[in-house]
Amino acid sequence: MAEKLLNWDEVLIGGVIKDPGNSKQYETGSWRVERPVWNPDTCIQCMFCWVYCPDSAIKVDENGKMAGIDYTYCKGCGICVEQCPSKPKSLKMILEAEAKGKTEEELRKEVFSSEK
Amino acid sequence: MGKKVALTGNEAAAHAIRQINPDVIAAFPITPSTPIPQAVAQFIADGEMDTELVTVESEHSAMSACIGAAAAGGRVMTATSANGYALMWEMLYIASGMRLPIVMAVVARALSSPLNIHGDHSDIMGGRDTGWIQLISENSQEAYDNLIQAVKIAENKDVMTPALVAQDGFNTSHTIEIWELEDDQKVKEFIGEYEPLYPMLNTDEPITHGAWAPPNWYFEHKMNQLKGLLNAKDVVEKVGKEFGDAFGRYYGLYEAYKLDDAEYVIVAAGSVCGTTKDVVDELRENGVKAGLLKIRLFRPFPYKELAEALQSAKAIAVLDRVSPAGAQGGPLFTEIRSALYDTLSRAPVINYTYGLGGRDTQPKHINSVFETLKKIVETGKVEKQFDCLNLRGVWR
Repeated sequence: MAEKLLNWDEVLIGGVIKDPGNSKQYETGSWRVERPVWNPDTCIQCMFCWVYCPDSAIKVDENGKMAGIDYTYCKGCGICVEQCPSKPKSLKMILEAEAKGKTEEELRKEVFSSEK
Repeated sequence: MGKKVALTGNEAAAHAIRQINPDVIAAFPITPSTPIPQAVAQFIADGEMDTELVTVESEHSAMSACIGAAAAGGRVMTATSANGYALMWEMLYIASGMRLPIVMAVVARALSSPLNIHGDHSDIMGGRDTGWIQLISENSQEAYDNLIQAVKIAENKDVMTPALVAQDGFNTSHTIEIWELEDDQKVKEFIGEYEPLYPMLNTDEPITHGAWAPPNWYFEHKMNQLKGLLNAKDVVEKVGKEFGDAFGRYYGLYEAYKLDDAEYVIVAAGSVCGTTKDVVDELRENGVKAGLLKIRLFRPFPYKELAEALQSAKAIAVLDRVSPAGAQGGPLFTEIRSALYDTLSRAPVINYTYGLGGRDTQPKHINSVFETLKKIVETGKVEKQFDCLNLRGVWR
């Protein structure tokens, strides 16, 4: 998202931020080295991942259910995977390099194929 | 006219704080400033103040709590010395960067090691670049007057920068002097009500304090901060005049003592200026054109005005109550010399370190400085650019 870069005499005193929510402009997904992959087939919808995610990167649908991962902001910290209580786990970390050029569906099949 | 009282510098600071009656004070005891929060605690217990006194576990926490309270929108003060001031280090930069007009009484003291609880300027000079306004007091009266003015200076909308008011450990803080305590109500009227710019507790306008700034923002914020600090210079002059109009004691950026036609000039800050004034008086009686330039505002450094005030001098000695620590001289010396570089004066400027760790500086020592200045003018030669006053052994 484009932001207007203000001059030194235009910025708000003390680095105060008056317009809340501008952290949305900072796409932390670019930091990711690893990424979580989600398996909706084994997910028990406990929403632990949503509670623990430090970046609000767990997508929730209109029914309040886990609907995937927002890779624009997911830093790949792996907390969701650590917290996932389902057996087998419905979230797994893979290297970002391994995800290159593949759709989410392709990755899901690849990562969770043995558990289906 | 105020009421004449015989009290210490610490009590002077405590009375100023009582009259200012800030919303919050967070403080941790450290010699020689301990009597300030101690007296404040007594004032609160006696119902003379309604300040929220936050007792914390360290000076780092004290300044942190001050920052939180100031960001919330409160008028906030604290007091410290030496190692306590040093422990605040990280938070001093955060207070100034967040543009929170916290006012702090610093009772200047030596830093360890060796452990020493006595007066010198190691603490405030070490913190001179933390972005705070620094006012240095000569005596109890000034410690009191400066604290009251500092509130008005720091909270000025063009400034919004924290300010410290220093007085010398023990020389001032523990010495009973006669000074004028002003009327409570008059002081309250002088400082007025504080209107914070962006109080966090204002839920109608939610804001974020202390956010991070990436490389494409940080630089602009720091220069915006610098402008606020630099704006303090004019405000210090304005408030000094307003204070004079209200209470009869006028303050400027510095004090010129018999300086107009002075040929031999000492530049100094703090309690040593009292001793120096006595020596200047004596020399003047004997026809020697001696003078003193007393530093009041050290940050922002009013270099143009100070250089202008030194134009009559034929030789200048700058007294620093801190070790030069590997620089060409003490911090006051390097600032003064640098300020003079752009002027017509090519008067020799020499530097002394004095009074470290509470070492006494007596009239005979100040006399020896003037003797050296006279010799420099007579011979045209500077034998030592840097020397020490009242140090055992010859410095070489």
